[in-house]
Amino acid sequence: MSSPVPSGTSVATLRVNGEERTVAFPTHHTLLEVLREELGLTGTKHGCELGECGTCTVLLDGKPVLSCLMLTVEAEGHAVETVEGLQQGNQLHPLQSAFADLGAAQCGYCTPGILMASKALLAANPAATREEIASALSGNLCRCTGYQKILEAVEWAGRTLCGENSPPARECSFGERLPEEVQRG
Amino acid sequence: MAERSEKQDGAAAKPEAVRELEKVREIAVARNIVGTPYRRVDGRAKVTGLTRFADDLSFPRMVHMRLVRSIVPHARIVSIDTSKAAAMPGVLAFLVGKDMPIPFGILPVSQDEHALCIDKVRFVGDPVVAIAALTDDQAYEASLAVGVEYESLETIATVEEAIATPEPRIHDYSDEGNIHKKVSMQFGELEEGFAEADEIFEDVLLFEGNTHLPMEQHATVAVPEDDGRVTVWSSTQTPHYLHRSLAKVLELPASRIRVIACPNGGGFGGKSDPFNHEIAAAKMALTLGRPVKICLTREEVFYCHRGRHPVLMKLRTGFKRDGRMTAQHLQTALDGGAYGSYGVASTYYTGALQTVTYDLPRYRFDSVRCFTNKPPCGPKRGHGTPQPRFGLEVHLDKVAVKLGIDPADIRLNNLVQPNTITANWLKVGSIGLKKCIEAVVAGSGWRERRGKLPHGRGLGLACGSYLSGAGLPIYWNHMPQSGVQLKLDRSGCVAAFCGQTEIGQGSDSVLAGIVAEVLGIELLDIRLCVADTDLTPVDLGSYSSRVTLMMGNAALQAAQRAREIVARAVSEQLKVPQDRLVFAERRVFDSEDPSKGLSWPDACGCAESRFGTLGTTGSYIPPRSPGRYRGAGVGPSPAYSYSATVVEVEVDPETGLYRVEHVWMAHDVGKAINPVLVMGQIEGSVYMGLGEALMEEQVFRRLPKNRSNALVHKHPSMLEYKSPTFLEMPKVTSYIIEDPDPNGPFGAKEVGQGPLLPMMPAIANAIFDAVGVRVDQIPVHPHLVAKALEEKARGKEPRVGPRAFPSIDFGTPLRVPTPAEGGDGQAVNQDEAKVRTGTGTMTEREEALRGTKR
Repeated sequence: MSSPVPSGTSVATLRVNGEERTVAFPTHHTLLEVLREELGLTGTKHGCELGECGTCTVLLDGKPVLSCLMLTVEAEGHAVETVEGLQQGNQLHPLQSAFADLGAAQCGYCTPGILMASKALLAANPAATREEIASALSGNLCRCTGYQKILEAVEWAGRTLCGENSPPARECSFGERLPEEVQRG
Repeated sequence: MAERSEKQDGAAAKPEAVRELEKVREIAVARNIVGTPYRRVDGRAKVTGLTRFADDLSFPRMVHMRLVRSIVPHARIVSIDTSKAAAMPGVLAFLVGKDMPIPFGILPVSQDEHALCIDKVRFVGDPVVAIAALTDDQAYEASLAVGVEYESLETIATVEEAIATPEPRIHDYSDEGNIHKKVSMQFGELEEGFAEADEIFEDVLLFEGNTHLPMEQHATVAVPEDDGRVTVWSSTQTPHYLHRSLAKVLELPASRIRVIACPNGGGFGGKSDPFNHEIAAAKMALTLGRPVKICLTREEVFYCHRGRHPVLMKLRTGFKRDGRMTAQHLQTALDGGAYGSYGVASTYYTGALQTVTYDLPRYRFDSVRCFTNKPPCGPKRGHGTPQPRFGLEVHLDKVAVKLGIDPADIRLNNLVQPNTITANWLKVGSIGLKKCIEAVVAGSGWRERRGKLPHGRGLGLACGSYLSGAGLPIYWNHMPQSGVQLKLDRSGCVAAFCGQTEIGQGSDSVLAGIVAEVLGIELLDIRLCVADTDLTPVDLGSYSSRVTLMMGNAALQAAQRAREIVARAVSEQLKVPQDRLVFAERRVFDSEDPSKGLSWPDACGCAESRFGTLGTTGSYIPPRSPGRYRGAGVGPSPAYSYSATVVEVEVDPETGLYRVEHVWMAHDVGKAINPVLVMGQIEGSVYMGLGEALMEEQVFRRLPKNRSNALVHKHPSMLEYKSPTFLEMPKVTSYIIEDPDPNGPFGAKEVGQGPLLPMMPAIANAIFDAVGVRVDQIPVHPHLVAKALEEKARGKEPRVGPRAFPSIDFGTPLRVPTPAEGGDGQAVNQDEAKVRTGTGTMTEREEALRGTKR
């Protein structure tokens, strides 16, 4: 029935977001390319395809990896998780709702990679400090946000995952209150 | 049309936006959206991976395109050999320069680009051949097999070389040799001003070029449609200008071309030009009859550039002993790279906004922009104004120290007053700069701590201002700069159509927010259709911080008109006077008897029954600026935003390594439509300014001239082009200052670019406060700090930076009397100045020459 796989092409069964998918792809193609092109999961983005920007971060067995530096054949037999797998049903993951509410996603292009790296961090350490978050995400570049809202959103999601209901301080959304002498004019 | 003539006739009448704003204020009881932090309307799509950027699109039978780019900086193309590539698997077609012979460019005065180079390449990266193949791999392999033979021409690498080397010319048009643009203008009796001064100070400074580095690489998908039409999906900030360029180069009626701007994965100005790859992809799609995709590599993005111009500048300013300015002469020299891009506008922008923060009674501005064999420079966040802003704010800091005045006071004492016409005829409306300075001064403990911190620790202060949209469109016309259409029906859904482009700044959310606010409905009642040249009214694009003010006013007008229609119908049905009706909480009801009312869908249905199918439009044209001289088109804006910052640094006096510890930033945004998005723009600007001050530079490597013509980008990769990570970010304390401007929707002004401006000078000034040395150039690399510290240790001038401005004959400046001198906004020597400085179009120059001969 099935013809032999042509040379230079591979067939692999990948487990992506809990679903098994068998795909044929050029053997030299990276996980990034196969996720986007063969599987249509374009939520994972690319910014350099050289492992420099962190944009293509996905989780492999729960650990962040740069999908632009990983051959697809290396991912066989591992659990791959992308941004499309983050929400449960129609319910956003706490990271997703915190990012959306705080404007931690502006253009949104680096966002999937940062969400995945943050998910791995919070899974290991939901009470991560600001310094720990900055360190864990330091391989992910963002040009829009100045990183502040991302830090605040990850902290907020961490608190939610710990069962706390404590949204960020008013200053995160409105800015610092003006010093009194300035307010008085 | 009726409103237009009303607007033009009644100069004293209030702008339409103000009248409408007042109406809205009268009727709206409960303001539920504007001023409240709300989740951006595209927020959910952006966190779930559903947002479709250009490279995420794919179509049946789609093929892939690659460009072969020049590997030499300046050369004639001798021959192109595609025979080997054509025989490779999957290769479908090639395009070369002569397939698209019509030139294009963003500005009408510099139509100097071709989709593919025809006879000459002008920088490493200039595209020569386009190849389409079944797969991207095949297109890439084939691109390596194309042979291009070049005949090398002398490389021009710097402004100095461009001035010294009029031949060979990079372009056959320019003001003079390789000087693309030369500008000289004088506002008021400059020498009188210098004579009034107690002291005159001079500074020469350099701002190195840098690039936008959007996370998304530019991508385009062109899809041929029925009967010769084509749709172009692209990561562009300016679909309208791309539309015009495509029509021009493809020689098709614009109505057969549809441009859809996908949400941009960051722009910052880098996706504002029509690009070679966009035009070539459309041509290829029409040639093959198949969808064609191209996504640039990161390296190609560096070569597309259009980023910050390197600018060398000299300031000479007269001061009274109390710190008031009497006159200033600013000279700037821009390294433009190989094409015009926005460069003529950039040239004027390096001088235009020097007058809108501090009172400057007399002012002269001279500038040149040179062609060099490097990727073209263009607009990056702040467009041409961060460089002279750096110059001015460092200059002021030095003068304050020399005159013994607190740097905060020298600024506070010089502030432009609200409703001023400046020496160069810009109309400043609201100005919240005083409050901005006071906020960061108080917040940072400036008065108690500046100059008193331990050696190595210091505070620096600087201010800035930016346009809320350029007063004039890029090509001359009388049409609206922004238009919004609304469609309403019995479902209660309001569809808003607008050509504006979401580049991450939140323009979709501003559009939805304003419409929902005026109609008293929820964001989820609004459906947006944006940035589609077939379906949406023209908006000129996401550049010059214009969208909130211009689209916002158009949206306000369209929504106000919709409200009137619904109010008339509901008023008749409920027998309640229109002025008693309240639009809130998805209802239209009687303010005196809130139980008497209709749900929003019923109110729409009521209006649909009364008037038929419902639709309204709104449009915005900025007020006319008072300047009437040549060059007065750059600088005017309906409203100026203002920012002030204090930065705290910790410098290691041994190594020059330093760290920015804390930034206090206050920004006068007029009115925050959505405060959480305003915060995002402030913090993002702080970040990008920090990157420019600390590390970012787009620089080139050249071998010795006698050995090679080579001129290549030093680091076209994200690893080597340094930009700040999470770990470099300091603590940021932001203050939103609201000084509403009558020209802004709900009083709103811009926030996307302004807060970047004061960052660079504030950091340089803080380093001086910390260790007593001046680095008069950007980036302030630690090794330069160390070098200045060495100079200081040796007893020399504790400074690193350029020493001199090149000697350039600027001819007779255009002379424009100031408002204080009784001027009328016009130049007194328009013709003479044009001839002497070589500015103006060819026709104008000829006319002027004839005029002087007679």
